[in-house]
Amino acid sequence: MIAVAAAGICRRYGRRWALIDVSFDIPEGSLAMVTGRNGSGKSTLLRVLATAIRADRGSVAILGHDARAERDTVRERTALLGHRTHLYEPLTALENLALVARFLGGDGRRSALLARLEEVGLADRGDDVVQTFSAGMRQRLALARVLQQQPRLILLDEPYGHLDPPGFLLVDGLLQTLRKQGSTVLMATHLVNRGRRICDLGLVLEAGRLVFAGATAEMPEPAGVDATTPFAEGA
Amino acid sequence: MNALFAALRKDLLLQWRGRAQLIAIFAFGAAALLLFSFAIGPDSQSLRQHAAGFLWLGLLLASTLSLAESFEREMEEQALEGLLLLPVSARALYYGKSIANWAHLTLLGVALVPVMVVLYDAGTLRLLSLFGVILLGSAGLSAPGTLYAAMTSQTRARQTLLPLLLFPLVVPVLLAAVKATSLLILGDPMGQFRPWITLLAVFAVLHWSLGGLLFGRVVED
Repeated sequence: MIAVAAAGICRRYGRRWALIDVSFDIPEGSLAMVTGRNGSGKSTLLRVLATAIRADRGSVAILGHDARAERDTVRERTALLGHRTHLYEPLTALENLALVARFLGGDGRRSALLARLEEVGLADRGDDVVQTFSAGMRQRLALARVLQQQPRLILLDEPYGHLDPPGFLLVDGLLQTLRKQGSTVLMATHLVNRGRRICDLGLVLEAGRLVFAGATAEMPEPAGVDATTPFAEGA
Repeated sequence: MNALFAALRKDLLLQWRGRAQLIAIFAFGAAALLLFSFAIGPDSQSLRQHAAGFLWLGLLLASTLSLAESFEREMEEQALEGLLLLPVSARALYYGKSIANWAHLTLLGVALVPVMVVLYDAGTLRLLSLFGVILLGSAGLSAPGTLYAAMTSQTRARQTLLPLLLFPLVVPVLLAAVKATSLLILGDPMGQFRPWITLLAVFAVLHWSLGGLLFGRVVED
């Protein structure tokens, strides 16, 4: 089954086109990455797929459901980790996860939520308000929030952002676990080589246009990125 | 219904965590009442006559701070978007927040009454009726206020835009609330209280119905 089927997506902000005629398919159960320079349209693409914003043209089908006509069905099956964490800063880590559980009717018991925090290394900070968290800890909690949704399609925008080296390994491990569970992941990242090692499929965006879609092994370097630099390596 | 209760619980918890801000908003409303009393001067008859109007003006001005504040937390990390993507019904989120704002404005209104009594020498023995007026008036302010606070929270000039949009819309609510409160303070020989309170209730129902219908369009792309 195709998890993501994008056909001719266009999206603009004011007079500037952020995505121009972007088309690709991602099979279910794949780990895919999208890369490109700043402003190339990666975040916009993920937000369109998550139905946070609408495409001005083109169509998106997520797990066989049209993103425009069946928006709520798509949202039930999709989770987005964006640049902003979607967290309530005055609430504690546990309260943030409990909120998601309460809305989705999931397991909201303290023990279950603490187990979720354990997965991202925050079990000892469950009762602390998010305002006291560092950027990296917020990123970890945001990841836990995404996992709490138990989605079939996970969209991660710079999942390694703000994380320390153990955090990088944590994300790698989570991605592998998600693959084993059959979830589909599409992540936007600048860490090209790291993404190549983990992902099966790669997309490259340049100025809103998709210039490559295929196996990561065949993926070209995005313009302006040297794969030999630590920046590209992401280690 | 579960989503509404979850949203309400979340908003009440956020208000509780930001209670220092709520105290500051009460102080702002009390300061407004104090300044209005200076404008009237020491004439106790005039003070009593204008007390109801100034109580509601104080509450209205304080409400813009409170309503805008209620969306600050939603926008900081795009938490509201996070809930919409779960997905949660926009209507449940709207009514949860409106009820929380309603409770807050009612509390604020009740807290401002003793200030009014002291500053304007304007009391009433019909306390239950006064509470009813504050309850209905706050409902008439909180529903459109929540809608417009959501609309303006995504703009840069939100502190200016919210009162600009809200004040014209709530004029009928304000008029009815002021008249009903005034009748309670100054006496009601012609039995006009009931029509004014009915008008207040009608506008509250209207605002709550329209707010629920429009909120999704306001917060979604």
